[in-house]
Amino acid sequence: MIDRKDVEHVARLTRLALTEEELERMREQLNSILTHLDTLRGVDTEGVEPTAHAVDLVNVMREDEVEPCLPQDAMLANAPDRSGELFRVPRIIEE
Amino acid sequence: MIHQPIHTLADAYRRGDLTPTAVAEAYLARIDALDRRVRAYLTIVREQALAAARESERRWRAGTPRGPLDGAPIALKDVLCTRGVRTTAGSKILDTFVPPYDATVVERLRAAGAVILGKTNLDEFAMGSSTEHSGFHPTRNPWDLTRVPGGSSGGSAAAVAAGMAAGGFGTDTGGSIRQPAAFCGVVGMKPTYGRVSRYGVVALASSLDQVGPFAQDVTDAAHLLGAVAGHDRRDATSIPAPVPDYAAELAQGVAGLTLGLPDEYFIDGMDPDVERAVRAAIEVLKGLGARVESVSLPTTRHALAAYYVILPAEASSNLARYDGVKFGLRVPAHDLVEMESRTRAAGFGPEVKRRIMLGTYALSAGYYDAYYGKAQSVRTLVRREFAAAFARVDLIVAPTTPNVAFKLGEKEDPLSMYLNDVFTIPGNLSGITGVSVPCGFSVSGLPIGLQILGRPLDEARVLRAAYAYEQATSWRGRRPELA
Repeated sequence: MIDRKDVEHVARLTRLALTEEELERMREQLNSILTHLDTLRGVDTEGVEPTAHAVDLVNVMREDEVEPCLPQDAMLANAPDRSGELFRVPRIIEE
Repeated sequence: MIHQPIHTLADAYRRGDLTPTAVAEAYLARIDALDRRVRAYLTIVREQALAAARESERRWRAGTPRGPLDGAPIALKDVLCTRGVRTTAGSKILDTFVPPYDATVVERLRAAGAVILGKTNLDEFAMGSSTEHSGFHPTRNPWDLTRVPGGSSGGSAAAVAAGMAAGGFGTDTGGSIRQPAAFCGVVGMKPTYGRVSRYGVVALASSLDQVGPFAQDVTDAAHLLGAVAGHDRRDATSIPAPVPDYAAELAQGVAGLTLGLPDEYFIDGMDPDVERAVRAAIEVLKGLGARVESVSLPTTRHALAAYYVILPAEASSNLARYDGVKFGLRVPAHDLVEMESRTRAAGFGPEVKRRIMLGTYALSAGYYDAYYGKAQSVRTLVRREFAAAFARVDLIVAPTTPNVAFKLGEKEDPLSMYLNDVFTIPGNLSGITGVSVPCGFSVSGLPIGLQILGRPLDEARVLRAAYAYEQATSWRGRRPELA
């Protein structure tokens, strides 16, 4: 079972500012979903390799060559806030 | 000209009976008249569509069309990035996002001469099975406006069913093309994982997502898939295999093919109308010369649980990029963490928050092996069972969904919504290909879908069987009465 402290911890990890009400509803719903997901424990997977991908892929290599890419202005055009050629964000560390 | 398949339109363009401009205008007028009720679209690109149609018209007049899609009016699920046209993924967090580039799929469709009418609605970030959980508004089923069109690609499915697009594209992560195709009475195809490039597609679960077409008939599905399939160096997971001429192989029939019938896809509690229609469809295929054998896919009953670990885990990681820094919504705050947390809380809807939380929990220290590791091993079992079945049979036939379209608001509990995808999820976990083709109606008049699954990269055979069935029946002539 996942308790209220777990829910608050996961919300912090995932950067979601949830309201009191949302936290409580999340706790109930996650428990209900996790109860269903716990049925997986009953499947015998002894010695079964995990599948990370449906296609058996190997690393795809290419030459490390400089190629044209989108102009800087096009990439910055959607920024909520910018300063010249930079994305501007609120303060990260104390002065 | 509405409700004419794309290949029929192309014939009319060739003869000079119709022009792409007249057809685009007719579709735009129909959208104006009907979409207030269906609400399939999030964005209409009227001027761009008419400009593309005029270009197409010039090519047809000059006798130099680019192929069967030239002048075809189509709708794109709003997860496919379109240069200069806002792309929202159905989320408020991307309300104002205007991509600086086209997805590979979009680039290839433009090169084929297709006329893009607009961007269609979906459950936010493709998380859902009803298109009710769009951040903007729900879409309704053209066959019954009190019911859902399915999801997550419900907008494209509803647009094609309602004659508001001649064809469309969606994405299928756990059934998001096949299920709405079944609910709306159109053809919907999930290609093999890696068959179609994911470059420029807003990511949900990267090991499961695949782009595919919605069509009025199987011939159109073959043309639409053929135009976008194939290797793309910008998507390292795309498969470098040649693309067959799907349309050319359609008429080969099913005589001599062996179809597998999985017991696990006929479950207690499924709609008896669905079971009756699907079993009748299998009799039709037998009558056409196919053999039917029973196959066993016992891990099917655990596929849903495995999927609901893997999908949220991958989604929680993919959606970390929506942090209010580079694009999309930002809610201002005094420091970075606060800004990110408020932005994400304001921009994401309840289902997206739930899955991000679930995925983060399943990946967090101490739980990884119990959930994610376990789910990936179950995924291996699902793949092995399909491989064993496909060693004996050429194709697998089954219902697309256990039920017909449900009412808006009917499935409030997240788990009961998840159960909708129980027959489509195994195909995504194993990466195989599958199509949903209309196979009849419930007593209440709602469409039912027959699902045909095939080996990886065996799209041609899947489409060939769907075509044989379609040609032997008359369901494709039925369209909803929307005035």
